Amino acid sequence: MDTFQETIFKLKRYWSDRGCIIQEPYDVEVGAGTMCPETFLRVLGPEPYRVAYIQPSRRPADGRYGENPNRLYKHQQLQVILKPSPADILDQYLGSLEAIGIDLTKHDLKFEEDNWESPTLGAWGIGWQVMMDGLEITQFTYFQQCGGIDLDLVPAEITYGIERLVAFLQDKSSVFDIDWTRDTQYAKVRHAEELQHSVYNFEMADTEMLWQLFQLHERECQRLVDSFKAYPDKQRFPVLAAYDQVLKCSNVFNLLDARGAISVTERVGVIGRVRKLAVGVAGLWMAQNAPAAEEAVA
Amino acid sequence: MPALPLLIEIGTEEIPDWMIRSALGDLRAMVEKALAEARLGGVVRLAEATPRRLALIVDGVLERQEDSEELVLGPPAAAAFKDGKPTGAATGFAKKNGVDVSALFTEKTAKGEYVAVRKKLAGADAKALLAEQLPQIILKIYFPKTMYWTGKGGPRFIRPIRWIVALLGGDVIPFSLAGVESGNVSHGHRRMGGVFFVTPENYAAQLAANGVILSADERKKRILDGIAALVAGKGLSVKTDEALLETLVFITEYPTPILGSFDAGYLSLPEEVLVTVMRHHQKYFSVADGAGKLAPHFVAVMNIAGDPDGIVRHGNERVLRARFNDARFFWEFDQKKKLSERVDSLANVTFQAKLGSYLDKTRRMVKLVGELGGGPDAERAALLSKCDLTTDMVKEFTELQGVVGGLYARAQGEPEAVAKAIYDHYKPVSMEDSIPSTAEGRIVALADKIDTLRGCFGIGLIPSGSKDPFALRRAAQGVVKILVEGKIALPLAGVAGGDAALHEFLLDRVRYYFKDVRGFAYDEVNAVLAAGCESLPDVDERMIAIQAVRPTADFEPLAASFKRIKNILRQASFEAKGEVDGSLLESGPQAELLAAFQQAKSKVAVFREQRDYRSALSVIASLRPQVDQFFDKVLVNAPDAKVRHNRLTLLANLLTEFSSIADFSEIVTSSQAS
Repeated sequence: MDTFQETIFKLKRYWSDRGCIIQEPYDVEVGAGTMCPETFLRVLGPEPYRVAYIQPSRRPADGRYGENPNRLYKHQQLQVILKPSPADILDQYLGSLEAIGIDLTKHDLKFEEDNWESPTLGAWGIGWQVMMDGLEITQFTYFQQCGGIDLDLVPAEITYGIERLVAFLQDKSSVFDIDWTRDTQYAKVRHAEELQHSVYNFEMADTEMLWQLFQLHERECQRLVDSFKAYPDKQRFPVLAAYDQVLKCSNVFNLLDARGAISVTERVGVIGRVRKLAVGVAGLWMAQNAPAAEEAVA
Repeated sequence: MPALPLLIEIGTEEIPDWMIRSALGDLRAMVEKALAEARLGGVVRLAEATPRRLALIVDGVLERQEDSEELVLGPPAAAAFKDGKPTGAATGFAKKNGVDVSALFTEKTAKGEYVAVRKKLAGADAKALLAEQLPQIILKIYFPKTMYWTGKGGPRFIRPIRWIVALLGGDVIPFSLAGVESGNVSHGHRRMGGVFFVTPENYAAQLAANGVILSADERKKRILDGIAALVAGKGLSVKTDEALLETLVFITEYPTPILGSFDAGYLSLPEEVLVTVMRHHQKYFSVADGAGKLAPHFVAVMNIAGDPDGIVRHGNERVLRARFNDARFFWEFDQKKKLSERVDSLANVTFQAKLGSYLDKTRRMVKLVGELGGGPDAERAALLSKCDLTTDMVKEFTELQGVVGGLYARAQGEPEAVAKAIYDHYKPVSMEDSIPSTAEGRIVALADKIDTLRGCFGIGLIPSGSKDPFALRRAAQGVVKILVEGKIALPLAGVAGGDAALHEFLLDRVRYYFKDVRGFAYDEVNAVLAAGCESLPDVDERMIAIQAVRPTADFEPLAASFKRIKNILRQASFEAKGEVDGSLLESGPQAELLAAFQQAKSKVAVFREQRDYRSALSVIASLRPQVDQFFDKVLVNAPDAKVRHNRLTLLANLLTEFSSIADFSEIVTSSQAS
């Protein structure tokens, strides 16, 4: 039986063998691997790209103080982007399952319709949740739009929820019982983090401060977006730094949401504000990296 | 002309189960139409689909179209030949059509004689025709949501097309679509099959040998037989669930059911929650014991031939355990705060930006329940009805809103009538669904829906076309269904609360309900509604009566007579005033009609009072001989003004008196229909 980290090594090796750059996690808080610039920005424009990386993904509202066996404030996603998607992509994906020791002749596998959409990112795609013996082990998406821009090349995004997948492989009923290494369990590595962040997110986060942060990051991002046009040397322009501000906004939004500080009415409006930034930055990225395609769009 | 079998298989990545049947229907209809239009004949032998393929076999497709002739008309005969000699017009026409002038002949048409020529058209090659048409047909298959995958601007389909088989007999019909070349190679089950050649003859057998049960009926049978075998001798039964079965048939290529179990301890959770987890989240059938109670088992359907080592069963049991644990966690956590303590927190849940929070809605509902005559239990139920929106259970299982509230109310010691009303108040969720089972439930359900309708119409959120984000049609249909089937005589105008657009919208739903849900003929619906629709239960009774009386011999002729009366009165611009003056009527047809009318009138009054509309209608229908005789023998428009007025009064009274059940002039009689 492979350990948690062994499974990660094997998946990285598998996708590395298929031409993927193996990136390390992005160092700004994100709610999903999709939000990392390696996905959100790289899928834009006409240039092919293949990348895989582990991304710790923070979802403050999903925290359960480390008490629920299946729910985590932060979980690890293995994110794979193949742009454009090769014709045998699903076979390659099935191969990755075999690579981590799943005998496909002995398991039940179904592809169930599940179209992914992120209103915050102005992004959506068509795809499935992949079900293995009744468990969702992967989200598979053909991106169609990102940052409000129709994609030139359609990337396949494969997202494995590592904790869930490994708990399945190791036949553990709680993710906290997963063997991270031969002699260290998941709980020892992460339980305190789950507990303490749940306490902070649900009980102690200062919502006033969070609103201020949101506005600061929003303002900074918008300032950058607005100054692109007049900026003389486009290649030097900090589009990537502007995008970090979008991620900051998104994370603060999630914290506010978990704290119950955003009413349902406000919610749509705040999501719209983050989307406006994401769309703005995506437009800049296109202008900087694929000006021809950008003109074709306009 | 030799005829050949045509095989088309569109191989795709997994298509969403609920779109497959209609996509296959589209493909079949378009191919049939194309073959017919191209005069290629053919009879569909097989039309089947799985998540990964849409397949069609058509037998007897002609290899080539039959040669045909076309008649081409030229200039008028008079202009083409002078004194038996061809003119320039004739030679020009002959030349244009590539024939000698001697081949021209004259053709008589409605407009006169013209010279003409018969041109032979060689039949086109079927393969070439199909190669041109099939790609267009495939891309025209309708799907609710499509994608592109070859790049921006590329072809759109429901999921990527990965292979195409297109064969006419043994020959490939060559075309290319989305970078895929048509051929004679198909793919089997993802894990139980390979890649292989096919012909129209061996197609189904080849698929079977590669782990694909092509026929949806066979897949269904395999699931049902498998389930029967699993529960045989165990005192268990699986509740039929056609919708789930259909999903499973189209989410698998080789379905095999397995029986799994869960800890009986979970049975302490409400059955609704357990079934929802199994049915909606896991696509499992739930299992009942001999007494019909939920048993600690489930049936999952795999997409693989078997599970000899129990690995798949074990995996599914593990997932279900985790899901049930979640549900138990939610249940226990939610009990820490009673529904009654959650009312105020509804202020934080928005119903609609302009219509306020669910707390605002709740207050309006409680008031409405009072106005609708609901008692304290109904008011209590309305007050607590939306509180479950703040529970973790409903946040996780949104489809259980209302149901969870009802269960919690019961667990928290609310009166049963209150719990049941909360439980039911979203009903009916469709036209097939039943209405709430208790009077309190019906009142709360009405209040909920009426509030939504009035509120949305009040701020201009009126459904148009397919746009109906607040599901107002469903709400209005729910209101109609509850009023009719719950026998609640609430006037529609009252429901609409003075909103004319809403009143009209509700009337539309009334028509829809009686016509499309209950199956009444449209003219019966028009006739009954034209006679008033203050109370829907009364409309219902009148509708049933008119439907029952309609086949009787006198009914339609009488309806025709009523129409005639209406026309006469309209042409005379006659407004009925006063009674008929019997002394002005001549004996014979006129007096007889008046006598019959007066006699019928008193009978009808009694029947109508008893709401025995059927008998009332029979009495009215029995007037037919007198009415017919009147029209046969009597000239309504008598020269004498007084006499004319009196005759018109008789007819007008007849019409008014007998139009209170249904306006017979709305009935389309068979003579009109033909």
